[in-house]
This record gives sequence, structure tokens and C-alpha cells, in this order.
Amino acid sequence: MIDIVLLTFLALTALAIVRLRHLFAVVMLTGVYSLLSAGLFVLLDAVDVAFIEAAVGAGISTVLMLGTLALTSRREKVPGRIPVLPLIVVLITGAALLYGTLDMPRFGDAGAPIHRHVAPRYIHDSGTEIGVPNIVTSVLASYRGFDTLGELTVIFTAGIGILLLLGGTGGRRRKDEEMEEEG
Amino acid sequence: MKQHLVLRVVAKMLIPPILLFALYVQFHGDFGPGGGFQAGVIFAAAFILYALVFGLETARRVVPDRLVHTAMAVGLLIFAGVGFAGLLLGGNYLNYSVLAENQKAGQHLGITLIEFGVGTTVVAVMITIFFAFAGRSARMSDEDW
Repeated sequence: MIDIVLLTFLALTALAIVRLRHLFAVVMLTGVYSLLSAGLFVLLDAVDVAFIEAAVGAGISTVLMLGTLALTSRREKVPGRIPVLPLIVVLITGAALLYGTLDMPRFGDAGAPIHRHVAPRYIHDSGTEIGVPNIVTSVLASYRGFDTLGELTVIFTAGIGILLLLGGTGGRRRKDEEMEEEG
Repeated sequence: MKQHLVLRVVAKMLIPPILLFALYVQFHGDFGPGGGFQAGVIFAAAFILYALVFGLETARRVVPDRLVHTAMAVGLLIFAGVGFAGLLLGGNYLNYSVLAENQKAGQHLGITLIEFGVGTTVVAVMITIFFAFAGRSARMSDEDW
């Protein structure tokens, strides 16, 4: 029941985001959207993912978007005509995706391929092999340590990229200001 | 944001519990939901809140750029270093079982260390990204919103 309520609110938020032209409200609504998604992740028992979604999606990215708004404009430009072709593309893609879900195993089906591959091994053996009560942690940190190292490298690279693109200018601007004051 | 007394007082009250909660999520990841990624983001959120309320320059004095940039690399090096420690002690890369006298103790030590590395890098990257964005902001008065 509560999942239907959450999904309804999610759809309403998405519609409001599309309709609104005032970007400050849009940014706030994307935060709401993330929070609702976090609620849905909790319902799906993916608490770790919900954690991240609530902190990054609803928190930090909202702040970053507000920072971007401060640099640009707070009103979205109204498109001149109704974009028909993109609408058709979106509708076809959506229909194809819905068609694709028909073949998927039912939600929570224990016989689904994803539950028959390595998951039984993790559930049976992680207690004796790793000894950490939270299986998610033992998969993330130990069984799939390489993946996690790669993920961390991606985050590190993102940080370096931001520093190279944006970090340097702050210093240069400050130097310019100092020079102006001197000269 | 000097005139917002309520925000400043509430933020001051909230920041210590947020930091404490982040540490709980970091070191309780073995037993419940959480871990380095989540803890790092929550920890960074506390600093971002501080920067939002007390100003970017004050926040930059609390966590200097040099410290943040170093932490970014140190976290990743801890993770990769734990992998090499396993290699030197005769196991495979990122095999934590050889880190201590028995398998479970080794795994526990390895997971704690790499989660700490993950947390360190994530905190630093999040703070870096925020500082980089906020540092470019044109000054805006509250009425413009």
C-alpha cells in the first residue's frame, strides 16, 4: 500500500518538475524526488542504497544545484514549440522498456537467475569465511573488493577532475583581486 | 548569512550529532547498514552545512584545502595499500585473510581499514566538489531568490 502512495507521489513530483519553469522550485522538487526514492529503497530492503540516495540525492546534490543556480539563471527558457519528435522517441522507448519487463521474473522470486548464481554462496559461507554479520558489507568490501576499489578510484578521479576544471579559477580570481588592489 | 540567528544556532546544535552519526555509520557498517561511502557523505554533509551557515571562508579555515586534497589521495592509498599488504604477506591482492593470525580476524581488520579509506576519500571529494562550486558563486542577496 505504502509503495503505491510513494510511487504516486514520485510520479506527481516528476510531472511537477517537468511543468515548472521556476528552477529554484525544480531543484527543491528533485530533492523531494530523491527522498521519495530513498523511501522506496527502504521498502525494497536496500537500506544501504537508501542511505546514499537520501544523503547525496536529497542533500548534497541539491546544494550543488543551488550553487549552480546562483551562477546561472533562476528561470528556465520556454521552448518555442511543443517538441513532438522527442515525445515520440520517449514514448517508444518507454513502451519497449515496459515490454522488456514482461519477461522478467516476478519481484522477490527466489528462483530468479540473480538469486541462483553467487548469492547462495554469499549467504551460506560469508559467516564462516568473513565473519561479518552484514552480508552486504562482506560482499562489498571483501568478495568484491576490486569493484569497490574501482568505485573509489572513480570518485577520486571525479574529485581530481572537479579540481582541475573549477578549483584553479578560485585561486586565480583571488590573485587577480589582489593585483587590482595593489595596482 | 549573518542575520539568520535561528539557522546559526540550530546548525551549531546539529553539526556535532551529524558528525557522531557519520562515525557510527562508518564503524558500525560490519553489523548494520552503512559503511565508508555512506559515512563519508554524511560527514561531508556536516561540513557543507557549516559552510552554508558560517560562510565558505570560515569553513576553509576549519578544513584547509591542502588537508582535503591530501585526504582525497590518502584514502585511496589506504585501500590500495591494504591490497599490497595482503600481497606481501603471501596472499592475493585484496585478500584480507592473511592480515592477522586467523582468517576472520584478518577479514575484519581488512574490511575496517578499507572502509576507513573509502570514508576518507569520499569525505574529501564531497568537500572538494562543494568548495569548488561554492567558490565560484557570484554574490547573491537573499531577495534575489
